[in-house]
Amino acid sequence: MKYLDEFSDPDVAKKLLDQIHAATTQKWALMEVCGGQTHSIIRHGIDQLLPDGVEMIHGPGCPVCVTPLETIDRALAIAARPGVIFCSFGDMLRVPGSSQDLFSVKSAGGDVRVVYSPLDALRIARENPDREVVFFGIGFETTAPANAMTVYQAQRLGVRNFSLLVSHVLVPPAIAAIMESSTCRVQAFLAAGHVCSVMGTAEYPPLARKYKVPIVVTGFEPLDILEGVRRTVVQLEAGRHEVENAYPRAVREEGNVPAMEMLADVFEVTDRTWRGIGAIPRSGWRLSEKYRAFDAEQRFDVTGICTAESSLCRSGEVLQGLIKPHLCEAFGKECTPRNPLGATMVSSEGACAAYYTHRRLELVDAK
Amino acid sequence: MQDVTSVVNDVPDLDIEGWACPVPLRDIPSVVMGHGGGGAMSGELIEHLFLPAYGAAAAADLGDSAVLTVGSGTRLAFSTDSFVVKPMFFPGGSIGDLAVNGTVNDLAMSGATPLFLSTAFILAEGTALSDLGRIARAVGRAAEDAGVRLVTGDTKVVEHGSGDGVYLNTSGIGVIPPGVDIHARRALPGDAVLVSGDIGVHGVAVMSCREGLEFGTTVESDTAALHGLVAAMLATGTDLHVLRDPTRGGVSASLNEIARASDVGIELVERLLPVPPTVRDACSLLGLDPLQVANEGKLIAIVPAEDADRVLAAMQAHPLGRSACRIGNCVPDHAGMVVARTGLGGSRVIGLPIGEQLPRIC
Repeated sequence: MKYLDEFSDPDVAKKLLDQIHAATTQKWALMEVCGGQTHSIIRHGIDQLLPDGVEMIHGPGCPVCVTPLETIDRALAIAARPGVIFCSFGDMLRVPGSSQDLFSVKSAGGDVRVVYSPLDALRIARENPDREVVFFGIGFETTAPANAMTVYQAQRLGVRNFSLLVSHVLVPPAIAAIMESSTCRVQAFLAAGHVCSVMGTAEYPPLARKYKVPIVVTGFEPLDILEGVRRTVVQLEAGRHEVENAYPRAVREEGNVPAMEMLADVFEVTDRTWRGIGAIPRSGWRLSEKYRAFDAEQRFDVTGICTAESSLCRSGEVLQGLIKPHLCEAFGKECTPRNPLGATMVSSEGACAAYYTHRRLELVDAK
Repeated sequence: MQDVTSVVNDVPDLDIEGWACPVPLRDIPSVVMGHGGGGAMSGELIEHLFLPAYGAAAAADLGDSAVLTVGSGTRLAFSTDSFVVKPMFFPGGSIGDLAVNGTVNDLAMSGATPLFLSTAFILAEGTALSDLGRIARAVGRAAEDAGVRLVTGDTKVVEHGSGDGVYLNTSGIGVIPPGVDIHARRALPGDAVLVSGDIGVHGVAVMSCREGLEFGTTVESDTAALHGLVAAMLATGTDLHVLRDPTRGGVSASLNEIARASDVGIELVERLLPVPPTVRDACSLLGLDPLQVANEGKLIAIVPAEDADRVLAAMQAHPLGRSACRIGNCVPDHAGMVVARTGLGGSRVIGLPIGEQLPRIC
């Protein structure tokens, strides 16, 4: 874990900040794609230290935030059934559906368990052959390989009482959707390093060329983020729009080939609805035909559950960088981390939650 | 670069106070785990459910312990605490040690010398008597080490499935020496904020023995009785303003409670926070904040700045305060809020945890 020290060195950070300040001659709007990067930026106060000309727009890359309301409602319906053991990563338990969250289901007697790996859920299934065990498989390309491996193992071992509630989403289509928006302000992207550690960088040059935006693959420690910003600003100032890898210790151009092979076997691309943004074509994964028997939505027949977002919530505009979180009329009033109305207040990595939690407010023009 | 105060003061027309949930408890019709997490939800349950229900009978000061004056002016500290930790045995301790030390520490945070404890067991049918024996022996040893007597108790058994192993409540009484007045309302701008050692250790120790979590090294709980350390601090003659035992909700919850009770701002310097590498790494893996992770053998002290070095020296001379250090100051700005200066020179507000800390997905 020495990286935590090496990539947080304040002296190196100051040098990078000086270089960013020296390079910036005009206003630029950069989007960090990943919620982990948003969290790090807010957690370390990085955005306060950047030049006024460099605006960080917090992107849609928090998997918890973008999981659609109807998927949460489906999860709640499954978790509430007798005989089901519903396994999830911890931060999904607090995500509200249209009326309650997994904590509430648990308090009402549902068997909801926090696990740290989908393989734990598979083990629970093998230990409880008379129960149906469901794992909530959400996330970007980062978490998908482990979920794919778990389904593969379930089939190989013949574990019939295990299933996956899948809501995987993909980064490149989201970047395209943001750039296609008529109100788009984003001029460059810090791409999500952990996503690229799985998928490589091959998907990004076409996006950089088509939309004329620099895309810099960036890590998560403070110095990673500053280096990503520095390279992005240098490109913008020079009028270049290329893909650069500023996270070479984790990301190779070709990605993690075995993981990608596993993904291609277990999943297939599908249209996916993103909470706060809406439907994005071919922006997600579902289980492929070969593994469809492990699809919890079909096994528990919850595909008919459909729900609408709150009309007060402006998280879609926040996710696209059109407004800052505290400019939403519901921010801090009807909408708090306790009672989140929308995507960006749901997880600690969401832009609204990060602003609320750390009161990271700034002078803004009148509401 | 912005200074720390500008982060919270440069927003002229935003009502931060209005950020509290306007109708607390409105969306949660039943008890959830967060109500016992020591954060905002616990506070709301007390403020909006228990205290109104108790009505005129309520006389709670909401500190770690109540201070009661009896007879000719003798001041007693009285505290109660229930322990439901899972697993019951963890590296460095058990629910037995925890139950004794926890209540001893609640008493010690008012400067009291702990004297008497009760123990009330709620046992789930089917619990192994060997486990119960281990826990009882741990209670006895911890009480002996702390110099307190176990003077009364109770045992109840609930049906299999109605409980989980052993739940243990301890209540305690201690005597506060004359002249000692330690209270969460006494922090003043300019006071120094001290912590007695590494933070987050207990929480990580308990997490490390949950299934699927291995941090590559054993982290032992810091559970310990702190009244001896408090006595050493009082022996310096310093007017200790506030002492807190940052258990559930961690340092973050305790400092927020102090900031609100005293109506002062608290400014921390992150690079001064004593977070051991094991805790830092575990928190980094799980997406947790060490400031919100529980401690069971640490205290936070708010003392006049001019006395800080003397108190620190006394703490560092005590076995339970060897790593004591100063982590920040009370300030007149951003009253009621805790702000940390980050390692890179930025700043962030350290909020009160909501419910339970949850590991993040990625």
